[in-house]
Amino acid sequence: MASTTQAGTGMKPAASLTNDEILRYSRHLIMPEVGMEGQLKLKNAKVLLIGTGGLGAPLGLYLAAAGVGHLGLVDFDVVDFTNLQRQVTFGSSDVGKSKSAAAQARLSNLNPAINVQSFETQLTSANALELFKEFDIIVDGTDNFPTRYLVNDACILLGKPNVYGSIFRFEGQVTVFGMPGGPCYRCLYPEPPPPGLVPSCAEGGVLGVLPGIVGSIQAMETIKLIIGRGDSLVGRLMLFDALGMKFRELKLRKNPHCPMCGTSRTIKKLIDYYEFCGVRGEESPASIMQVPEITPRELKARLDRGDDLYILDVREPHEFQICNLQGHLIPLGELTRRVHELDSSREIIAHCRSGKRSADAVDFLRKAGFRKVFNLKGGILAWSDEVDPTVPKY
Amino acid sequence: MPVRVTIPTPLRSYAGKLDSAEFSAATVGEALSQLTTRFPDLRKHLFNDEGKLRSFVNVYVNDEDIRYLANQSTPTKEGDLISIIPSIAGGCSR
Repeated sequence: MASTTQAGTGMKPAASLTNDEILRYSRHLIMPEVGMEGQLKLKNAKVLLIGTGGLGAPLGLYLAAAGVGHLGLVDFDVVDFTNLQRQVTFGSSDVGKSKSAAAQARLSNLNPAINVQSFETQLTSANALELFKEFDIIVDGTDNFPTRYLVNDACILLGKPNVYGSIFRFEGQVTVFGMPGGPCYRCLYPEPPPPGLVPSCAEGGVLGVLPGIVGSIQAMETIKLIIGRGDSLVGRLMLFDALGMKFRELKLRKNPHCPMCGTSRTIKKLIDYYEFCGVRGEESPASIMQVPEITPRELKARLDRGDDLYILDVREPHEFQICNLQGHLIPLGELTRRVHELDSSREIIAHCRSGKRSADAVDFLRKAGFRKVFNLKGGILAWSDEVDPTVPKY
Repeated sequence: MPVRVTIPTPLRSYAGKLDSAEFSAATVGEALSQLTTRFPDLRKHLFNDEGKLRSFVNVYVNDEDIRYLANQSTPTKEGDLISIIPSIAGGCSR
């Protein structure tokens, strides 16, 4: 067991490694780039992981394996069955458990020599500064824009490095923000996209191993910062394209006029990030258009009655193959181009997986002059729940 | 000048699923204008109502952000790669 645990407890930094630690980390110690000095730096490092999901999984596993002495895990979510495709810290028996607690158990088992602290809480403007201040490095493994801006701003205000990684389907981005003289997230993207514009993993999908690769790169960057070796990704935006198996690097400059980290910064405290991102701040951040709706039960009743309804499915072809209501498939991205295929004299019921894309479709059609068009509330998921459980959910 | 414009994953469904397209253009602005002429659905994702690039979309010529060059007036030469890099966050909404 570790002799002196340190970090976050106000105790003195460790001055040596135990014999067990020397054996455990021998493959680090025999490298001149790490050695005893580097391993001690790892032991005395305090790293906070924001998010224990797809990115957080390899991050936690590799930082724990490397001997980072104090790891904090921030996540308020519970393990969902659909997470297991990529969140490899968890097993089937963890479904339903708190993610941060399950990750803490896994990482402590991997390396009992370190201290793993679980923060089962939502990161907010009210708690971020207090939470961050005990740690040396913050690693952003989150999955939404408001939190990314919050993490960035809190790191800049506290002077902490922020190892950033993000993914979408089969592409990823990694860089390091918050270093002295280096850029911050707002230098790269001053503003977020409006909610609903960029699909989530649930809507756009993601190759499970992609966050494994991107999160591992974040772990590598974190370790390099701790041991002070190699060239970090400060000022460099690394792009990864998994399908093409290509890495690219773009220059990421510090914006001298950045409101957060520029010479005449205007942001001096944390703000309401949900408002900044145009989101209401409830559990489901993406806002759904307010359009006329029909529930699955109502639709079923009308179909059984023989009403003449045109079912418009605005999902993608590969979703149609998973399950469908035998609707007419016009993917949302093609609707503008193919609207002439629809007959505005007919009553149209639009649906997608969960009701968001189809709400956009209904809004578009109403603005195009269609009067008898309704959104299937809750989409095919709700149809499965309320009308026909043999329809698989995905 | 023939230049290639890469189309990022989140926007490919508005560009006939292509991952890049070639145009003959003397500036970044010309290339993007031709892109949104060929794929009109892309326009609202790249530009706001005043015709300015949306601030969550960055454009690079080779490895340099055009905000540090001449923005859309940045001249392009043969073989340049114009990359559209939107903000991504991974992604959860319940």
